[in-house]
Amino acid sequence: MTFTRETDHGTPPAIATGKSVTLTIDGAQVTMPEGTSIMRAASLTGCSIPKLCATDNVESFGSCRLCLVEVEGRAGYPASCTTPVADGMIVRTQTERLKQLRRGVMELYISDHPLDCLTCPANGDCELQEQAGAVGLREVRYGYDGATNMGQAKDQSNPYFDFDPSKCIVCSRCVRACDEVQGTFALTIEGRGFDSKVSPSQGQDFLSSECVSCGACVQACPTATLTEKKVVEIGTPDRAVVTTCAYCGVGCTFRAEMRGEELVRMVPWKEGKANRGHSCVKGRFAWGYAQHQDRILKPMIRSSVTEPWREVSWDEAIAYTASEFRRIQAQYGARSVGGITSSRCTNEETFLVQKLIRQGFGNNNVDTCARVCHSPTGYGLKTTFGTSAGTQDFDSVMKSDVILVIGANPTDGHPVFGSRMKQRLRQGAKLIVIDPRRIDLVKSPHIEAAHHLPLRPGTNVAMMTALAHVIVTEKLYDEAFIRERCDWDEFEDWAAFVSQPSRSPEAVEPLTGVKAQDARAAARLYATGGNGAIYYGLGVTEHSQGSSTVMAIANLAMATGNVGREGVGVNPLRGQNNVQGSCDMGSFPHEFSGYRHVSDDAVRGLFERKWGVTLDAEPGLRIPNMLDAATEGSFKGLFIQGEDILQSDPNTHHVAAGLAAMECVVVQDLFLNETANYAHIFLPGSTFLEKDGTFTNAERRIQMVRKVMAPLNGYADWEIVQLVAQAVGLDWSYTHPSEIMDEIAELTPTFAGVHYARLEAEGSLQWPANEAAPHGTPTMHIDGFVRGKGKFVVTDYVPTDEKTGPRFPLLLTTGRILSHYNVGAQTRRTANTAWHPEDRLEIHPADAENRGIKDGDWVALRSRAGETALRALITERVAPGVVYTTFHHPDTQANVITTDYSDWATNCPEYKVTAVQVALSNGPSHWQEGYAEHSRLSRRIVPLEAAE
Amino acid sequence: MKRVYVSRDMASVALGADEIARTLAQAGCDVVRTGSRGLFSIEPLVEVEMPEGRIGYGPVGAADVGKILDGTHPHRLGDVGALPFFASQQRFTFARCGITDPLSLEDYAAHGGWRGLDAARAAAPQQVVDIVKASGLRGRGGAGFPTGIKWQTVLDAPDGPRFIVCNADEGDSGTFADRMLMEGDPYCLIEGMAIAAHAVGASRGYIYIRSEYPFAIDTMRAAIDRAAGRIAPFVIEVRAGAGAYVCGEETALLDSIEGKRGQVRAKPPLPALKGLFGKPTVINNVLSLAAVPFILAEGAQAYADVGFGRSRGTMPVQLAGNVKHGGLYEVGFGITLGELVNDIGGGTESGRPVRAVQVGGPLGAYFPPSMFHLPFDYEAFAQAGGLIGHAGITVFDDTADMAQMARFAMEFCAVESCGKCTPCRIGSTRGVEVMDRIIAARDAAPVAAEGAAGGYLGEALHSRAPSRIDTGIEAQTALLRDLCDTMKFGSLCALGGFTPYPVLSALDHFPEDFGAPAPIEQAAE
Repeated sequence: MTFTRETDHGTPPAIATGKSVTLTIDGAQVTMPEGTSIMRAASLTGCSIPKLCATDNVESFGSCRLCLVEVEGRAGYPASCTTPVADGMIVRTQTERLKQLRRGVMELYISDHPLDCLTCPANGDCELQEQAGAVGLREVRYGYDGATNMGQAKDQSNPYFDFDPSKCIVCSRCVRACDEVQGTFALTIEGRGFDSKVSPSQGQDFLSSECVSCGACVQACPTATLTEKKVVEIGTPDRAVVTTCAYCGVGCTFRAEMRGEELVRMVPWKEGKANRGHSCVKGRFAWGYAQHQDRILKPMIRSSVTEPWREVSWDEAIAYTASEFRRIQAQYGARSVGGITSSRCTNEETFLVQKLIRQGFGNNNVDTCARVCHSPTGYGLKTTFGTSAGTQDFDSVMKSDVILVIGANPTDGHPVFGSRMKQRLRQGAKLIVIDPRRIDLVKSPHIEAAHHLPLRPGTNVAMMTALAHVIVTEKLYDEAFIRERCDWDEFEDWAAFVSQPSRSPEAVEPLTGVKAQDARAAARLYATGGNGAIYYGLGVTEHSQGSSTVMAIANLAMATGNVGREGVGVNPLRGQNNVQGSCDMGSFPHEFSGYRHVSDDAVRGLFERKWGVTLDAEPGLRIPNMLDAATEGSFKGLFIQGEDILQSDPNTHHVAAGLAAMECVVVQDLFLNETANYAHIFLPGSTFLEKDGTFTNAERRIQMVRKVMAPLNGYADWEIVQLVAQAVGLDWSYTHPSEIMDEIAELTPTFAGVHYARLEAEGSLQWPANEAAPHGTPTMHIDGFVRGKGKFVVTDYVPTDEKTGPRFPLLLTTGRILSHYNVGAQTRRTANTAWHPEDRLEIHPADAENRGIKDGDWVALRSRAGETALRALITERVAPGVVYTTFHHPDTQANVITTDYSDWATNCPEYKVTAVQVALSNGPSHWQEGYAEHSRLSRRIVPLEAAE
Repeated sequence: MKRVYVSRDMASVALGADEIARTLAQAGCDVVRTGSRGLFSIEPLVEVEMPEGRIGYGPVGAADVGKILDGTHPHRLGDVGALPFFASQQRFTFARCGITDPLSLEDYAAHGGWRGLDAARAAAPQQVVDIVKASGLRGRGGAGFPTGIKWQTVLDAPDGPRFIVCNADEGDSGTFADRMLMEGDPYCLIEGMAIAAHAVGASRGYIYIRSEYPFAIDTMRAAIDRAAGRIAPFVIEVRAGAGAYVCGEETALLDSIEGKRGQVRAKPPLPALKGLFGKPTVINNVLSLAAVPFILAEGAQAYADVGFGRSRGTMPVQLAGNVKHGGLYEVGFGITLGELVNDIGGGTESGRPVRAVQVGGPLGAYFPPSMFHLPFDYEAFAQAGGLIGHAGITVFDDTADMAQMARFAMEFCAVESCGKCTPCRIGSTRGVEVMDRIIAARDAAPVAAEGAAGGYLGEALHSRAPSRIDTGIEAQTALLRDLCDTMKFGSLCALGGFTPYPVLSALDHFPEDFGAPAPIEQAAE
């Protein structure tokens, strides 16, 4: 793809009314949906009307006055952006009179704009420049000695973009993008008339303002006023490749805009169905880790983790890997080794890793990070609905009337979807938030939750059952839906269960801490407020009753008939870019791709015939089981692709002990992560920019990842896995990831219609995509549940064993922050640290005061599992008795604190509830200092001789 | 005890009415504070209740109280209403102003108040709208859009809440009719709004009053309190402006009420369909709404019988500036400009010849005496390149520098521009600069052309700096005309769009002030 800007029709599509009108534009008769602007209609028919303040991701504004047109029978010259088409209208967009007016306007613009085009970073990519050319401006008769807004200081505070107000034409596109697209309302126009200026917050600089650096303003800016620093540094791009972001499960698609092999900027792709042209600070800007000096580009091995690393050739590393695994299997048995697939790698790569384990190592010891995040989603939704995935696409939220968010913080964790949700809320949808913390959605500009139920961590099941109690006892359920779509007997059993007085909001109020009247009001709103949609995150799953809560959510949706159409549904907000995909691809020890059990002979036979081996019918080990087995001495070799279990998995001490007990740990990653401190073989990985493949986002959408530059380490990750497979004797010969996808399609009914040619043609596909659904499945369970009848499951509340007491009187819950991603391996190696240089402990003022803690003090955080230290942030965002921190920084290692309690059904760790004590401290703990030293020693590297 | 009447109008108070009222009270009089009669050359005015009627004295001061009370003051005017200035008026809207106690509900009812509302409430909404349509009433804020048609649009809007908004952000220089009415007869406006509410089904109304009118704000609030029961269930709230002229533009006004930055909205959508808080909204000027009680009480025909051409009814004309008898003169459309300025206004205060009058506020055109034959009529003024606007007439004598007046128009626009649209935001500032060059050139002190543009780049690339501009009168005048064209046809609202009226009319009618060697042809647009 060569570089062309995406077409900008000037104004968004009209709100569909089903009616259309016919009019004449420059002599051509055109038919357009009612409500379309003249500008958009003209653009769609190929004639371009000059414009500056109009751009099609925000509402029309009518300020620049370049887009004036003539409409027969109407006085004056209406702005085409704000004038809707009408039947029989005769529009002229190019006349001598219009030229004269447009030139007059442009002459005014240029009279207050620098003439340094040749040295301007937007030279050649500037709408003002382009429009000045388009209207034929040849002189500025006002001269340049009059009043001016030029010569103002640049604001370079944001690490990713500069704000040069001297170049601003006050079109307000940035302000409107911040308001309408992002919903942060960080920008405004300050002053009046000629003195009107764009201002972040209250005249602050960008960095210290409320700006969340989503980039919408930079994207909207038609001049060089808001420009990516990379464009300033490198120049304008010369080609663009559409690819998919490698951060969270929203799965934003971007145009990677390149100059040669150099990435200039990532610009959200307007055609992208997941993000609709929007982005967040991570995907838009925080990709510098891909070229970070910390990246390991040469394979390394060592015989013991106390030794320094030794750089070796790829041949040696691959051969050593194969020989070690074969040695261990010979010595300790076939099941003594396993692997972990990566939720950050592509579907194809994930598929290959599990194939390597099953086909090459002959066991099912494969697991993935979903174990520690959304495995309860898989279990719960499969049990109730019949499939392990969310029911909707993201667009669905725009048709919701009531949005229930539980255990999720979309504006931080899934910011681009969070902005979509906020758009809908500003349109009038009602919001219910169930979360121990007062997350931003509870109250932010032009958004306020109808109900915030600040429950105590660990009481989700009691809470959801109490809501069900209200819905059932007040007869707010949808009997027709239940009778038609669900098992009525099971419903009756469930209804009898939830109706017990002990399940009522009043009865559980002492447990949950949520006022019964609030719970009742929220339940009534969800049941009766129109289309009700539930969005949830790890605050639901990462509990000892994670699977129960997922099923309780499903019960609620079924009972109210909120499944099977747009605007409703049960929607897990999945954490990592491809965690949905890694689960789909058969990463779990008990399932092949498409969630089919390994004990199913027919399914296993299919794979055996294709792969030419006999496969193990016994489910393999889950990650915690592997670690347990390692400490017991029966598990000795682990192949880990793109995951840092030491930092991300609970109870760090236990993870470390397990890893230390193994004889061969292979880490395939971009960086020497924390797990690599315990590794023997390091295989340098490639970034998403360096390979082809697909990611599947939280809405089951399979999207293309496209290689925009050669792998710095020499190989894409799928090639490395193939090399290992070949070294252990497998006859793999994939020449391109598309061939891997063909194999997936052949072996997986829900993916039967997924091929690269189809993906190229459709842009993306939501599985199931097969003969029954050739264009994919945006909304699931439309005509019936996948499992047949929807299943109501009784979810009895069982309090977690993790309890507060005199030693550990506070409850710790953990989460993420906007600027960082997961363990921070990527984002810590970007300028995102400007916003969040360290993890902090959020603590309520009352709890802080009791302990003599002031804001910013170092505090020791202790649980029965371990201790760490970090600085305190005093805030009423958390309730008294609850503390909160993020786990982005290995210096803090929040998971030293978390315990090994886990979900009863899936072993998903109980990250969200840990009893802790907090006390003042002098700085990092003894353990932290020791760990830092251990990491330093473990990361020593002996370079390959004569490598340079 | 003697009953005396003294105006509490802001203008009267500015001239000392409060002190007179105090002195009269100390002298044992029963002082009734009224609105202003509207002729400021006789203010402060005291009217004494006598068996033969109210006898006026004015202008008077506090020291004159003795002579007023014993009837010997030389400024005895007799029956004020019989003075030619008042006798020749057709006071439909201002019938009570200056006569009644503005906050007395009894006075209001006794002088014909509430008859319009009662008549309206006895009729169906559509009938009320039809009556307003039949009256021919047009928007008195300046645009002249038929009020009944606007109401019809709101009445026909889909079900749901709707609002009545009264634009009392009277910002035009030389205008004061809105203020006079709100201070002198607030129930008239309240009644008009209540009729509008009944006609379109609104339950809530807002009056947006400029902050420079504290008396009007207080009076309206007090009146709303007292009339609340009479207009219920309709509720009215007063919102004070924050000093921006552009908030008199209806959509900027709506934004301001909503708590936003007062910035003009693009139309469509029309406020009638998507106005305040996105709901269908009747937004009318004070004078439009205040004309409605008369129409409902006396019938559409009584109103429509007066007027000229398509301009029906009366217009409260405001005479100001350098004029002998400044004040409010309500009269049917069709009276000529000359009659208003010379016969009613009595020519200039300075006694020098009238050089120009500006009609319609700071965005209205300047007319020379040669155009005094123009009838006061929306269409006639539009045809002559001007506008009636809010019917403010500002008189200038022959010492006025019309180039400076053109510059002032641009400066006014620059100061008051909201900054949204480019022609107004940048154009008005450039307009001031162009006028400065014209005036400088006219005054035979040519500006030395500056060198390169400022800034490091300008210096570094001096040879590539923009070419010097032609600062001569002809080039700058041509540029001024082009700029006016861009502003007039390109601006988003009337502020930028009408600024060319005073500029071009000054240029066309008084070219000599712009250094033109000979009078140029009248602009033929």
